[in-house]
Amino acid sequence: MEYDITATGIRGLNEKLHAEPADSSQNWNVVNPNGAHAIAVGLNAPLNVSINGSTGYYCAGMNKLASVKVHGSVGPGAAENMMSGSLTVDGDASQYAGASGHGGLLNIKGNASSRCGISMKGINIVVHGNIGHMSAFMAQSGNLVVLGDAGDALGDSLYEARLFVRGEVKSLGADCIEKPMREEHIAFLAELLNEAGADATPDQFKRYGSARELYHFNIDNASAY
Amino acid sequence: MDKTPNTTPRQSSTFDDYTLSEIRRAAATGIYDIRGGGAKRSLPHFDDLLFLGASMSRYPLEGYREKCTTNVVLGTRHAKKPIELDIPITIAGMSFGSLSGPAKESLGRGATMAGTSTTTGDGGMTEEERGHSKTLVYQYLPSRYGMNPDDLRRADAVEMVVGQGAKPGGGGMLLGQKISDRVASMRNLPAGIDQRSACRHPDWTGPDDLEIKILELREITDWQIPVFVKVGGARPYYDVALAVKAGADVIVLDGMQGGTAATQEVFIEHVGQPTLACIRPAVQALQDLGMHRKVQLIISGGIRNGADVAKALALGADAVSIGTAALVAIGDNDPRWAKEYEALGSAAGCYDDWHEGQDPAGITTQDPELMKRLDPEIAGRRLANYLNVLTLEAQTIARACGKNNIHNLEPEDLCALTVEAAAMAGVPLAGTQWIPGQQSY
Repeated sequence: MEYDITATGIRGLNEKLHAEPADSSQNWNVVNPNGAHAIAVGLNAPLNVSINGSTGYYCAGMNKLASVKVHGSVGPGAAENMMSGSLTVDGDASQYAGASGHGGLLNIKGNASSRCGISMKGINIVVHGNIGHMSAFMAQSGNLVVLGDAGDALGDSLYEARLFVRGEVKSLGADCIEKPMREEHIAFLAELLNEAGADATPDQFKRYGSARELYHFNIDNASAY
Repeated sequence: MDKTPNTTPRQSSTFDDYTLSEIRRAAATGIYDIRGGGAKRSLPHFDDLLFLGASMSRYPLEGYREKCTTNVVLGTRHAKKPIELDIPITIAGMSFGSLSGPAKESLGRGATMAGTSTTTGDGGMTEEERGHSKTLVYQYLPSRYGMNPDDLRRADAVEMVVGQGAKPGGGGMLLGQKISDRVASMRNLPAGIDQRSACRHPDWTGPDDLEIKILELREITDWQIPVFVKVGGARPYYDVALAVKAGADVIVLDGMQGGTAATQEVFIEHVGQPTLACIRPAVQALQDLGMHRKVQLIISGGIRNGADVAKALALGADAVSIGTAALVAIGDNDPRWAKEYEALGSAAGCYDDWHEGQDPAGITTQDPELMKRLDPEIAGRRLANYLNVLTLEAQTIARACGKNNIHNLEPEDLCALTVEAAAMAGVPLAGTQWIPGQQSY
């Protein structure tokens, strides 16, 4: 199925995608996105959606089950709150990519801007390039893999998400520390890199996680508040 | 003279007993006080307004025989399926996690019996709540705890929470003792650790972004359900105007007496504006934009009785929302638990450590034994009774002002007892035609 956003509008596209049967694996080819916002949001079936061009905010937001590919770059909030399925971006991603994502794979072939993976809740994010500052802020669970460098304050106020960075980390945020790569991490990372088609091996990465020192607001006085 | 007379010991108004105790507590613990309960200091409020009633120039309706309608439709601006409620009193957002499962069920049961809506909170949608709420508003919060598209699609409206009256500009903290396995699972975090609720959303940063965010929510839901925007009572004129610009169907405006959120005492008592002060600027913003009654306005924060409801509507609100009063109605702070409240260092009627999870009433807790004390069927009935009383009281006042629809109440039906209330509400000081700030006397 082909859909021209410029000719027919975003609302019609999302309505058609939502109307697909729950088990549909229909292929959709979306043309002329022209940076439109909220393309292919709230999908709820294992569709294959190919978007030919760059998108605006929240592409594939709250995706469930569908495989969405963007042959271009994406604006802020790509795959926000994604539950499952995948979003693959050939180009770069703007701010908040994968924000609060619960599951699935966000695969960014270029760079990601600030706050990548903010508040992530189980999603796997692979960035083949670099990521900006405050990425994985308050990240709860899931995995953020960066083949390039990470900006300032990586993993600030981190919970249980795991961060793997191959390049340099400009600085770590509060309560984020480097941790040893154990066998389980190497095995998992190898699998994820393979799934994302990344040209890298697990031994090239360092792992970062929570020191868990902010898990209680002030443990010495916990009974007082 | 045997002895020089002593003067009577004099308590400082500045350093009163409460202030002294707080200084001592801070000195002993090194940590600020956190509590719920909203602003407890005396503030200008609806009690400072009076209805004028009918007389020579107004024709009253018969109190028991003539109809006075109360229904309201919320979300008429864009939604294909606006919410239709029998009464203009909704139940405010309160989280599962903060509240027990039986408490959420009680709120759903009571609201449904009374023909109104209830609202989720930070922590997601529970089956207890969805199953017992005919009309359920799904809050969309900065933490996104429990947020998922399946629940969004089964909601009757979505409420974008920008702020709340107890802490405009502040985030939240749910202490580890309330993080049971179930609560932790819904929030994707380990059990037993403190959980921070962010003060701002992770994927938008201002009103221009919010407009796009709302577009996304509408696209996900195929424009079926209304989008509410909730703001704390900070800058109501501009906040309301920007929410309208961002595309809100309904605006929820929560004044500083809004009390179900736990946060620092200093925040609760010193940040934000009283509910009474928020309404007029909010209505003015809607009127200036030509959107009054097109974008509905819900007022919350300290609503207690039918007079408060009627006054909020007379000042231009379309509905009100209750939180603290709803918890009291289902049994919170009830004198039957007086001894247990005292054992916690508080008293029935004063207990506000809702965040600690030890609520004897079984409402603000995740303790299985305490939760058993709350029977959702009985508590739901109590809430429905209370909502019915609020409605009857508001109708009584509306009829006395000659209105056959509660929404026909208007500022001209009101006067103020204090200069401050007159200025805030934009109604004349009693016995005068003076509205401070609008006219010279």
